[in-house]
Amino acid sequence: MPERSDGVSISVTVNGRRHQAEIEARLLLVDFIRENLNLTGTHIGCDTSFCGACTVLLNGSSVKSCTVLAVHAAGGEVTTVEGLAKDGELHPIQQAFKDHYALQCGYCTPGLLMSTCHLLARNPNPTEKDIRKAIAGNCCRCTGYQNIYDAIADAAARVSAARAAGTHGGRAAASAEAR
Amino acid sequence: MHPGPFRYHRAASLEEAAVMLQQLGEDARPLAGGQSLVPLMKLRLAGPTDLVDLAFVPGLSYVRHEDDGGEIRFGALTRHAEIADSGAAARFPILHDCAAGIGDVQVRNRGTIGGSVAEADPSGDWAPVLLTHVTEIRCVGPGGERTVALRDFILDAYTTALGPGELVREIVMRAPPHEDGERIGGAYIAAKRCAQVYATASAAVRLTLAGDVCRDVAIYLGAVALTPVEVTAAAEALRGRALTRETIEAAADAARSGGDPQPDMRGSAEYKCALATALVKRAIEIAARRARGEQVEVSHEYA
Ligand SMILES: Cc1cc2nc3c(=O)[nH]c(=O)nc-3n(C[C@H](O)[C@H](O)[C@H](O)COP(=O)(O)OP(=O)(O)OC[C@H]3O[C@@H](n4cnc5c(N)ncnc54)[C@H](O)[C@@H]3O)c2cc1C
Ligand code: FES
Ligand code: FES
Repeated sequence: MPERSDGVSISVTVNGRRHQAEIEARLLLVDFIRENLNLTGTHIGCDTSFCGACTVLLNGSSVKSCTVLAVHAAGGEVTTVEGLAKDGELHPIQQAFKDHYALQCGYCTPGLLMSTCHLLARNPNPTEKDIRKAIAGNCCRCTGYQNIYDAIADAAARVSAARAAGTHGGRAAASAEAR
Repeated sequence: MHPGPFRYHRAASLEEAAVMLQQLGEDARPLAGGQSLVPLMKLRLAGPTDLVDLAFVPGLSYVRHEDDGGEIRFGALTRHAEIADSGAAARFPILHDCAAGIGDVQVRNRGTIGGSVAEADPSGDWAPVLLTHVTEIRCVGPGGERTVALRDFILDAYTTALGPGELVREIVMRAPPHEDGERIGGAYIAAKRCAQVYATASAAVRLTLAGDVCRDVAIYLGAVALTPVEVTAAAEALRGRALTRETIEAAADAARSGGDPQPDMRGSAEYKCALATALVKRAIEIAARRARGEQVEVSHEYA
């Protein structure tokens, strides 16, 4: 085994801002986001590809950032939970989670919000079954999920309304739409 | 946790990757979606000296199918999610059964069919499904290209016929030969404890019906042996017979002793055999309904 991984130069757009970085090839996307960019909203739960706390959008698709090498984001676009609110105003998905008490400790929430972005960008009108399937890769150890399902169903309506009105959150997430 | 150190090489083409891998030696490995390899590297169950990254090779992500529905070709880097959403999966619902149930959304957004086939995990979902049809793996290696039938490609658990430096380029799946007027239907059901884990047992069935008679059939079990198992005894119970409750139950019964499952955290050997029986029965019934033109939605079952 070599002493060190190769240094690789990457350019990644995160939440609309472009970053140029020299990284070790073995650096995981979640560590790049948390350690290099100091965006600590993306959480590490299990660190074994299970819990989904680390979910972010990579080129508009949800991925578990603990299971993606940062080099795979090279030239791409990443959206983290910090990319949702705008000018201090919560994204409608966040607001729906808040209004439905869809979080207790909040550890799972950033991942669930990003999975919801992925869902609503593709399916603006999900059934409860669609919602369950969409967040099957996100564990919550507090809420028992029912409030999360309710929040996502409501978020779908709010995102559609915002889209019709052309207000903030009308796009489920900037880069989720881009694809 | 993070992977141990490795040297990183980004390949511009599969041909280039094959040459790199051969030159770098046997401890170098290709990387596709990383959904098997990255977790293994984080746990230090894999420690390649070099990774040759295929993820940026252009033109390898596609699902192409001819209009007569005869042949479907998957580029090696095609993600499970793309296959689930493809026209081919709408036409061949067994593909949707498989692709839309692998892992969870996030895994399906990264993991590739080429990586799955190359990984040859005993519990992988693709192999049993593809084996019920006529499937070939198109490989590219330092010495050129060759095509290997999938049944000759999977040699053992985590072991394939790929030689040093050899890579999967394309997976080609065809409906088996059939007469005009015969109808083909397939179904795949995997029983899992939750979305994020591999199946406890799974069953893939492809039926060719001439009227009500089962003219031809293939039945494979997944996750109950080191490689997918063809249960020929179950197929024989159906071949040439009308599909009735009795013949379907006879086939399902024959599937009970088809596998050789290991007891583990997913369940005892007896449990897995019983599960396989139930899955085969349901998959036959759904395949038959689909062959008759019915739309039947199937998803992986969580127990
Ligand atoms: C939480 C979780 C749940 C999962 N659940 C399931 C499941 O239910 N069912 C299932 O089938 N799978 C499951 N998987 C595995 C998933 O399907 C992977 O996508 C797949 O096994 C490997 O594809 P990959 O593109 O990620 O390959 P990688 O991880 O990049 O590579 C896998 C192996 O194949 C080799 N390889 C990759 N591409 C090629 C190629 N073109 N030619 C030759 N060799 C190649 C690599 O060197 C490596 O040895 C799960 C994974 C995770 C993380
Ligand atoms: S921290 Fe990535 S899936 Fe749990
Ligand atoms: S709110 Fe605590 S884990 Fe979900």
